[in-house]
Amino acid sequence: MAAKQSAERAGRAEREATFSTISGQSIEPLYGPEDGATDPATDIGRPGSYPFTRGPYESMYRGRLWTMRQFAGFGTVEETNERFHYLLGHGQTGLSVAFDMPTLMGYDSDHARSLGEVGREGVAVDSLDDMEQLFDGIPLGGVTTSMTVNAPAAILLAFYVLVGEKQGVPAEELGGTIQTDILKEYIAQKEWCFPIEPAMRLVTDMIEWCSQNMPRWHPVSISGYHIREAGSTAQQELAFTLKDGFTYVERALERGLDIDDFAPRLSFFFNAHIDFFEEIAKYRAARRIWAREMRETYGATREESMRLRFHAQTAGVSLTAQQPLNNVVRTSLEALSAVLGGTQSLHTNSFDEALALPTEEAVRVALRTQQIIAFESGASNTPDPLGGSWFVERLTDEMEQAAYEYFARIDELGGMVEAIRRDFPQREIADASFEYQRRVDERRQIVVGVNDFTLEDEPETPILRIDPALEGKQVDRLQTTRAGRDTASVEAALADLRRAAATDENLMPPIIEAARARATEGEMIAAMQEVFGTYTESPVF
Amino acid sequence: MEAATARKIRVVVAKPGLDGHDRGAKIIARALRDAGMEVIYTGLHQTPEQIAETVIQEDADAVGLSILSGAHMTLVPRVVELLKEQGVDDVLITVGGTIPADDVPQLQELGVAAVFTPGAGTDEIVEFIRAGAQERHARD
Repeated sequence: MAAKQSAERAGRAEREATFSTISGQSIEPLYGPEDGATDPATDIGRPGSYPFTRGPYESMYRGRLWTMRQFAGFGTVEETNERFHYLLGHGQTGLSVAFDMPTLMGYDSDHARSLGEVGREGVAVDSLDDMEQLFDGIPLGGVTTSMTVNAPAAILLAFYVLVGEKQGVPAEELGGTIQTDILKEYIAQKEWCFPIEPAMRLVTDMIEWCSQNMPRWHPVSISGYHIREAGSTAQQELAFTLKDGFTYVERALERGLDIDDFAPRLSFFFNAHIDFFEEIAKYRAARRIWAREMRETYGATREESMRLRFHAQTAGVSLTAQQPLNNVVRTSLEALSAVLGGTQSLHTNSFDEALALPTEEAVRVALRTQQIIAFESGASNTPDPLGGSWFVERLTDEMEQAAYEYFARIDELGGMVEAIRRDFPQREIADASFEYQRRVDERRQIVVGVNDFTLEDEPETPILRIDPALEGKQVDRLQTTRAGRDTASVEAALADLRRAAATDENLMPPIIEAARARATEGEMIAAMQEVFGTYTESPVF
Repeated sequence: MEAATARKIRVVVAKPGLDGHDRGAKIIARALRDAGMEVIYTGLHQTPEQIAETVIQEDADAVGLSILSGAHMTLVPRVVELLKEQGVDDVLITVGGTIPADDVPQLQELGVAAVFTPGAGTDEIVEFIRAGAQERHARD
């Protein structure tokens, strides 16, 4: 405040009336020692120690770099397996699977609703046969895999476990993550198969089963990426994500699980958006809040239970179709903020992704972006390089405060599940996204190449086209699977799944048996829907 | 020229197929409503049949199809075809989403009046729909 007045006195008016982050957090003309933490030892701490503000590990990237994990998938498992080998060959250090819309929504590739959608947004997987070929030539004991799938997550995890089994890798040796985070589906990503309560039961089943059978696996990736992409602010992204996480913790505790048995395997997934410092503050606040709540509210005693670890993806919504090479710059800045924020795993978007899935060349540049940050920029040489920055510490505090304000509002509504039923997060997101669009339309927020610095004649950018013939190819694969299996075994397994769904048994074992018998994903989902019902949204805009 | 008792322009904003990206569709729905139009937002996961039925039942002047899943070359033609089959040929049809430039001419040949790709301004879209729907009113 005083700084602005003195700037005006000196005759130097500022460019704007106010300065704020892209989320609307106001920014002072100057930050100084008074903005740092009151008690750095307790409020900030050291990396690898409670409250983990500076990072989950003592040495951070000096010990081990973040995993370079590019989200990939399109067409059939043959095309995607090829892309996996390409990415691994170019130095990525973990796999990440993108499934197509039918797979994400629980439909087989030959379902009426799958027409025109097969293999378009990701890879088509209908059965264990597909999953085996997806990982052809990739030993699951030597790589970690992240799978972005939610409502049918239990089925895809069953497929993965069985592929490992066939390869001779037991479930307890498999490492990776499955997204599973169904609450954010109702809030933002909108991929559902069942009503909220049965869907939550499945999440708890997976957390329970994995805590007993897959100690190296993350059964859920509690996500803010999609909430942010839907148009939320950074504060909403942080608050809704953590609140979703607390809700899963509460359900697991209600099931009778011990917090220290499952909390160490909970993981997170945040957006890496374009407002550089706000994002770094968000990640640091996330770690501090999670640690405090795990210890103080949920009674965790192991440090591993309090340590928030996350994957980050650079913001898809920040990419422009106009002058696409500019997106390399955006992705680089966003990736750097995720690294300076201490991410454990990172996906960088390709420059052509405003209009299509990435070409090989584009995804290679995206991967190189991470490699240049890791090996050339020096950003990975010491943990939390911006720790102690007056600006960053103050932003971190403000981010944390904003999150707690949202926690209180959600608690007043009766918790996150009730808040979702009442459309609270959905409405916050709709309002925030509308407000942002107004700022862009009115040029109060500049988007380079879109509402300023535009080009009259944009050159053509070659983009990836999905061959429509791949849909027919996948349907053929599906028919081959159906023809080659023992119908009686499939029927018996589906009947058992239906039976178990109506009890409170853990559904992972019957799902695994049905998967083993070559029941398709669509058949398993349909069987469960007979018991659980389906979900229809009443949208707010 | 609008008569003093002119009815509001009625617009269906629809999400065909399995695509769950509804941020843009909701913003357009709200902007159209703020601009004084009667907006029917179908919500997600609509089949082409459901969309055509909504357009007819709601006596819509315009329908905006929002698709970000890459399935537009299957779903948009199907909606257009269904509307024609049921004798509806004067509804303004617009498309928005992740539509590659190469696909735009084909969509326009089918009868899509405009394709709004990423970066299109909200006001531009609202005015296009207003002008297009008023033109259809004038023809009645």
